Amino acid sequence: MYLDNSATTQVSEEVFEEMKPYFREEFGNPSTLYGIGRESKKALNQARQRVADAINAKPEEIIFTGGGSESDNLAIKGIAFKLAKKGKHIITTDFEHPAVKETLYFLESLDFKVTYLPVYENGVIKIDDLKEAITDETILITVMHGNNEIGTVQPIEEIGKIAREKGIKFHTDAVQTFGKIPVDVEKLNVDLLSLSSHKINGPKGVGALYIKKGTRVTPLIHGGGQERGIRAGTENVPGIVGFGKACELAANQLDEHYEKLSSIRDELIDKVLGTIPEAYLNGDKEKRLPNLVNFRFKAIEGESLILLLDAKGYQASTGSACSSNKLEASPVLTALGLDPVDVHGSLRISLSPESEKFDVDEFVDILSEAVSRLRQMSPLWNDDLDYDGVMCKKHGDDCRMC
Amino acid sequence: MDYSEKVMDHFANPRNCRKMEDANGVGTVGNPTCGDLMTIYIKVEDDVIQDISFQTFGCGAAIATSSMITEIAVGKTIDEALKISRNDVAEELDGLPPIKMHCSNLAADGLQAAIENYKENNQ
Repeated sequence: MYLDNSATTQVSEEVFEEMKPYFREEFGNPSTLYGIGRESKKALNQARQRVADAINAKPEEIIFTGGGSESDNLAIKGIAFKLAKKGKHIITTDFEHPAVKETLYFLESLDFKVTYLPVYENGVIKIDDLKEAITDETILITVMHGNNEIGTVQPIEEIGKIAREKGIKFHTDAVQTFGKIPVDVEKLNVDLLSLSSHKINGPKGVGALYIKKGTRVTPLIHGGGQERGIRAGTENVPGIVGFGKACELAANQLDEHYEKLSSIRDELIDKVLGTIPEAYLNGDKEKRLPNLVNFRFKAIEGESLILLLDAKGYQASTGSACSSNKLEASPVLTALGLDPVDVHGSLRISLSPESEKFDVDEFVDILSEAVSRLRQMSPLWNDDLDYDGVMCKKHGDDCRMC
Repeated sequence: MDYSEKVMDHFANPRNCRKMEDANGVGTVGNPTCGDLMTIYIKVEDDVIQDISFQTFGCGAAIATSSMITEIAVGKTIDEALKISRNDVAEELDGLPPIKMHCSNLAADGLQAAIENYKENNQ
């Protein structure tokens, strides 16, 4: 059973069917004037309307991109470059997705100043911190809607209200929330909002940036004038068509999916915390997505746990350094102020609407067995030794964790 | 993680994973902050490792290398055992992913620490 839907999702059958004609029969370039070009243009327009409808925007406010990361880059660099003469200060949080964080690091290298708001133990920012951080130089606030690792949801509406009062542009990365909780650009008071297709059972390699009418950004990709000159390049028509369909389906079934997923989530949280000793939930219990939970278990390491679960047919993920390409513990969990040793014992479970067949009792039994098995092996669980004196002999001076 | 079948076997069915109450050499290496901590227990008689076991907190590779070294080292003299290198352990496991060679391949160090501890105890 696939429990890693925050990483990516399976393209749904309806979406796949909708895309098919645009690979071979309807292969025209939307910028051309003859029949098959016009057909592609029509499909593009319909998809744009569907995306716009799903977030209560106007079609001309939707720019198709190559995915969530590109949308974040376009929003942040696009505003920074456009408004650099007005000011060079940007406000964000301590635990943004790398697509936002790395973009801001890049801007820092170009002399922009960035304030990183703390997210505290519950993974939610405090509005007062934001108010204090605003200066006359602030041109942009970028705060993610739902966190991709722990699923906490930020007070976007309130942040947007403050940004608007101060005349500061406001961007949110809604990649994880879209299709899970209501995303209404009017209610959220946002100027820019990033979306991704492959998190909502659409194809990979396509996303969108909502840009509120009147907000101007400097393009990242220059060329043939597509997407109103904001994102050049012949459009990924099959991908965009699939994304449009996925948006329509997600929006239509939002309430039904929310009910279903949040009840599975709550059952899972209660049973895991009730069954497994020294198990904890990461992030605020209330302000969270219906489909994502993140636990931590004392004295075990996450990669081992993932391998044991995989052997039993469950695919999930962890924030342990041992599972990352950089051998770096999850910056999100670290930002919560957790002990680095505990970060290694984290487990993320993310559900999809198809997870209704997910048997929570059976899963918790298997999880509980895996955790206790690893604890039987773990000197951290079985010994009262003080390990502070044990030196790291393996990483040496370049160990990021030591 | 792309592990060999042998690594997966030693991870899923670890050999000699237990505390040893009557060990006469114990070595702990690694750092839980980095994600791996390994304790190797040995029981040495007449300079020969008669029994060896481990306890490990860590990833699949850390557990598999711990398990493997107990199989390699048992029955060896302590001088022979001191010559077992990280590469020897990795080779016996049909290789480790490159990223794990440096960080989780701790078992040879753990065994050396246990032998040093045995020598200190028996000076």
